[in-house]
Amino acid sequence: MQNLDHIISEARCDFSACGNIADLEQAKARYLGKSGSLTEALKGLGKLSAEERPAAGAAINVVKQQVEAALKEKRDAILLAEQERQLASESLDVTLPARQAGEGGLHPVSLTLRRIEELFRSIGFEVAEGPEIESDFYNFTALNIPEDHPARAMHDTFYVDEQHVLRTHTSPVQVHYMQDKEPPLKIIAPGRVYRVDSDATHSPMFHQVEGLWVDENISFANLKGVVQDFLQRFFERDDLQVRFRPSFFPFTEPSAEMDMSWGDGWLEIGGCGMVHPEVFGHVGIDSEKYRGFAFGLGVERLTMLRYGVNDLRLFFENDLRFLKQFA
Amino acid sequence: MQFSEQWLRQYVNPALDSEGLGHALTMAGLEVEAMEPVAAGFSKVVVAEIVSVEKHPDADRLQICKVNVGTGELLQIVCGAPNARAGLKAPCALVGAELPGFKIKQAKVRGVESFGMMCSAKELGLAEESNGLLELAAEAEIGQDIRALFELDDKLFTLKLTPNRTDCLSIVGIARDVTALTGATLSLPTISPVAAGIDAKQTVTVSEPAACPRYTGRVIQGVNAAAATPDWMVRRLERSGVRSISAIVDITNYVLLEQGQPLHAFDADKLQGGIEIRYARAGETLVLLNEQTIELQPDMLVIADNAGALALAGIMGGDSSAVSNDTSNIFLESAFFAPGVIVGKARRLNFSTDSSYRFERGVDFANTLPALERATSLVLEICGGEPGPVIEILGSLPARPPVRLRIARLTSVLGISLTAEDVIDVLKKLDFSYQRNDDEFEVTPPSYRFDIEIEEDLIEEVARLYGYDNIPATPPQAELRMLPSAEANLNRNWLRDSLAASGYQEIVSYSFVDESWERELLGNAAPIALKNPIASNLSVMRTGLWGGLLETLMYNLNRKQERVRLFEIGATYFSHADGYSEVTRISGLAYGDAAPEQWAQPAREVDFFDVKAEVERLAGGDALYVAAQHPALHPGQTAQVVLNGKAIGWIGKLHPKWQQQYQLPRSAILFELEVEPLLKRKVAQYTQVPKFPPVRRDMAVVVDENITIQALMDTMRSAKNPLINDIALFDVYRGKGIAEGKKSLAFLVLIQDTQKTLTDIEADAVMASLLDLLVQQHGATLRN
Repeated sequence: MQNLDHIISEARCDFSACGNIADLEQAKARYLGKSGSLTEALKGLGKLSAEERPAAGAAINVVKQQVEAALKEKRDAILLAEQERQLASESLDVTLPARQAGEGGLHPVSLTLRRIEELFRSIGFEVAEGPEIESDFYNFTALNIPEDHPARAMHDTFYVDEQHVLRTHTSPVQVHYMQDKEPPLKIIAPGRVYRVDSDATHSPMFHQVEGLWVDENISFANLKGVVQDFLQRFFERDDLQVRFRPSFFPFTEPSAEMDMSWGDGWLEIGGCGMVHPEVFGHVGIDSEKYRGFAFGLGVERLTMLRYGVNDLRLFFENDLRFLKQFA
Repeated sequence: MQFSEQWLRQYVNPALDSEGLGHALTMAGLEVEAMEPVAAGFSKVVVAEIVSVEKHPDADRLQICKVNVGTGELLQIVCGAPNARAGLKAPCALVGAELPGFKIKQAKVRGVESFGMMCSAKELGLAEESNGLLELAAEAEIGQDIRALFELDDKLFTLKLTPNRTDCLSIVGIARDVTALTGATLSLPTISPVAAGIDAKQTVTVSEPAACPRYTGRVIQGVNAAAATPDWMVRRLERSGVRSISAIVDITNYVLLEQGQPLHAFDADKLQGGIEIRYARAGETLVLLNEQTIELQPDMLVIADNAGALALAGIMGGDSSAVSNDTSNIFLESAFFAPGVIVGKARRLNFSTDSSYRFERGVDFANTLPALERATSLVLEICGGEPGPVIEILGSLPARPPVRLRIARLTSVLGISLTAEDVIDVLKKLDFSYQRNDDEFEVTPPSYRFDIEIEEDLIEEVARLYGYDNIPATPPQAELRMLPSAEANLNRNWLRDSLAASGYQEIVSYSFVDESWERELLGNAAPIALKNPIASNLSVMRTGLWGGLLETLMYNLNRKQERVRLFEIGATYFSHADGYSEVTRISGLAYGDAAPEQWAQPAREVDFFDVKAEVERLAGGDALYVAAQHPALHPGQTAQVVLNGKAIGWIGKLHPKWQQQYQLPRSAILFELEVEPLLKRKVAQYTQVPKFPPVRRDMAVVVDENITIQALMDTMRSAKNPLINDIALFDVYRGKGIAEGKKSLAFLVLIQDTQKTLTDIEADAVMASLLDLLVQQHGATLRN
């Protein structure tokens, strides 16, 4: 037994000299491995008599437990030390900036269009599209603007050939849509439009959103209701005042200009009206049965008011210092 | 349409201030675009006469004036104006007067007391520049307030009239509408027929009665054409933006503004024989009043005499028969020309006149003769002379067929309930005659309303008079139905968000571009050209978006940006034998370092494969990339993007020659894809997740440099071995151990049997079969 006690102290000594798990595993093998001293001692039990064996076995097991305890103690100590080392070495300045991939963003006109689409979708408007190179028929004639009508002069039209123009408004989309579908109809048609005009407040290309609702019981009061609702939601202002005043568009009647309150005054925000029976006639909708309203909104104007942009030209210069403000 | 508020108020004077009147007009569809005082504010400035003048003892340029301002006491005023002289009447600002920008105090000027200031037009804010005192007429009443003398307490109203409201192109017309709107009394100038004093007549033949349904005129002999136009008329003309020219011309212009009826005065002595209203003949020319010589066309209506065309009917008079200061006999014309005959002609000649503007929209055909009488009276009053009898040639005037108005329709269109009495009230205000049959009206519009043809026109009038403001804003009531939503269709916003999340900034550039972008970058020699471009560098429609991206890149590089990521979604435009088509594309540009400059990773130039990652994200994993050539791109770094067998776009590095031409310090990677194919996605369909683990095997092969990865992948996939779950390239190696002209490619292969655990032998067989294919088809060798 003298010998066994010796093993314990020897093992303790041996283990404590180990600096890492690998060394400790080697040291462990010297006692508990295949030919370790304790394993050998257990093997030696076979040589003992049946009477001696239980006591000797018990004694060896006590020693073995103590060696294992010493081993575990040391292993825990080493792991803890390793953790501490790792923690110490891996400490970061968490205020260092993240790995950068660069910031992108959408054009402010896109932001506005998306907002407009979302708001109108929420009451069931679908989005429709039409060509930008438009025939004279769709851009003018079908909208009750015959050739030589003074209203054509108001349009400053880009001509592609004798019969085709760059659309001067999104209203032709109405005509395409009404030709293709049966009422009830509820669409908005966003897109680029073109006018021969360029100065501080006019761009030769800009964006409009056309809206159209055709059904059996649609009224001018409904037109006011929808436009007012939209503007109040778009600007997130319940107190926003909207004003309608008589105007003239060949494709609507009654027609109105829409103004909204801004600061001390009123700002023109678009045109609207009840779809003209002549337009319904062109697309084969019975104007005795159906009525509809249509409106056109200036997207750049809405964007300028929404974000406080004071110069229309900024939208088309594409200066990144401007565009990044909307990221 | 610009006019003086005071002029309008002389005909109708509602109990509204200028703002209130402006608001009422605007809310009735006669939009007041501008309203400004005719003169700056000033006070206590009166007509004064300089009684005597003496030199200032201590200043060469100053004089000491004794001035009579009508108070019975002469004022001593020091004055520096060169035209200050005894007997001159000029404005005098009295002590205490407030002028634009300053106040008049009693002062000593170089030691001499001065009790006021003699004024120039500039000092009163009446002119931009002036030279000396404003000289007043000798008969000006001493002591009268200058504001009263010049009627300066007036405002200029500018109306932005819509094309339908031709009836408001005159003061009388506007006054009529103001009366309808406000109920204020209308008191128009009385017009009474002027009896003929002589027999002189001009023979007139109307050969085109449909084009000229009413022609009236009269000769006036012995006029003093050189007479001065009275101040009040000059003032009203000027405040309407019309320059005073000579008495006769001024009178015709004045009647046009007042009555809305364009008139023309011919010098009767320059007419040869009778005059005829006819269409121009081929080859005829005419020198207009503006000295422009025009080639007349057969659809242009003219007034002609025996010698040829004299005037372009309803548009502009001719030079040869124009009234001059020497004219003593005139022939005054007042006619109604059909709008359809006048419309478009002036525009074709690149001008517009007050006359053509009105005739092409419609002039009150009931007012032709009264306007002639009005002009006659004014001519006699101002220029004297003897009038001949009125001649009138009458064809068939435009009909005013009654228009039906149903209360039920009115109510449903406007969304408010109105009674027959409400309608009657509006019709009366508007002076529209009507017949009522229960809840329907037959309304006959007056001759001056060219815009009342259908029921909606009347509904609009009722709404206008009722007040748009009084119509409530009511949300519509409709059946609630959900919109269709196809899961397989993505929204364009998804593309935008994807690129924005990868650091790309969206731009919006013009759809028309410089022709050179199309020719050089896109190899398009014949883009769609605009007939009337706004600038030579915005003259053709784009067929691709790279021009705009490169232009934006250069714009921003000039503003010190170094790393730029841009994208745009927009239409591109194509012409075909049978018309035009448009394809919406998404296009991007990457320039500069792969990542922003930072501590966390080393700097590296953006390359093809960085951008390919974006394209793959947009196009999905099924897209193929086929080496190809594009005029804008580097021949060794260009791929056509093919999706489901269709070429949908390009990706590549900008060709070095364009980099040099655009003087870009570094190159750019560009891509462009059609949008529609990108928006189709498969709706997911579940397949069972395998229970058994996959086996990974790696294999490196050496192949010739010119063999593409795609070719090797296609070959391996062509085996269609059901056990192969995935094949991926994980390394490309050239250099030591690999022969020149060869490359080593390492693939990992995931092998899986869905029914059981795979054995090594089975996996080895799969790998051997793949290698065999590569060896057979591409001369590959296994790398050891």
